[in-house]
Amino acid sequence: MKSRANNNRPNALDRGIIRCTQAGLPLVPQPYQYIADQLGTTAEQVMQRMRQMLECGIIRRIGAVPNHYTLGFRGNGMSVWDVDDSLVAEYGRRIGELEFVSHSYQRPRFLPEWRYNLFAMVHGRDRAEVMQKVELIAALLGKDNRAHEVLFSTRILKKTGLRIDQ
Amino acid sequence: MSSIASKRSRPATASQPLRTVRLNELERRLLDAFQRGFPLSPTPFQEIADRLGTSEEVVLGVLKRLQRSGIISRIGPVFKPKRIGSSTLAAMSIPPEELDRVAAVVSSYVEVNHNYERENDYNLWFVITSPSKERLQQVLRELESRTGYPILDLPLVKQHHIDLGFPLWC
Repeated sequence: MKSRANNNRPNALDRGIIRCTQAGLPLVPQPYQYIADQLGTTAEQVMQRMRQMLECGIIRRIGAVPNHYTLGFRGNGMSVWDVDDSLVAEYGRRIGELEFVSHSYQRPRFLPEWRYNLFAMVHGRDRAEVMQKVELIAALLGKDNRAHEVLFSTRILKKTGLRIDQ
Repeated sequence: MSSIASKRSRPATASQPLRTVRLNELERRLLDAFQRGFPLSPTPFQEIADRLGTSEEVVLGVLKRLQRSGIISRIGPVFKPKRIGSSTLAAMSIPPEELDRVAAVVSSYVEVNHNYERENDYNLWFVITSPSKERLQQVLRELESRTGYPILDLPLVKQHHIDLGFPLWC
């Protein structure tokens, strides 16, 4: 990815907005006004800066963040694939477009211990559903799939999500 | 669109002791339509209500309930992880009887923000994030020497798709 100019760095107001919204918007009729009051600015400014952060990618999306686990998506499996290095970018993109894949990454192999160069996080309600979806990926890759595995998580040992500041 | 509620209404068995979550039609539509594209307008909940054919009060009530019951963790912006600094995905293959000890050492580092046990020969997977490359390498070396096990260092080469929400009812 090309590095962009400094105007994509969050300014002081942006950082205030990030601090005030990273735990969620207040569930009140005028949430941006509420944030603006805390930051000593206007709702119009807050919306405009958020629009800007959305455009330049600091904000990926604005919306409901479902707790997939509570909703029954307990089958989160990390699928790992060995595909030819010349094909991995294209397949990574296509697999990333599948609606049950939340993350798709290229990573280096670590030979001889680790042969896989493509990671795709697959979600389903249970293991069987994840495995069905993994089969769809396998079908998409066809003969270009040299090997794959699915690693189910059995325990979350540490997870810290929220950032205090950017 | 298959209904999650109908699938979940099967009686729980010993192998299925999970708490069931039932969503009504409105809740489902809300979650489906607003994982992204939440309105940037002065009264966004009113706008959502207009689109779903209901009232602002109902929308706010539903969202509060979904949040209280843990079905959604929040409504708001999802920020891209910090670009500054350096991070990697690391994996270790640890004998089961050693796993808790090693996992505790790994988790004790502030640079480790995710640490999962996974079913594989490589059974410990964690993400290390640090302000500098040097510190990241130092953490990797320290972890290897403190635990006595080698680490697979699998930094990101390219990211194709990440967390834009996904349909819950596919």
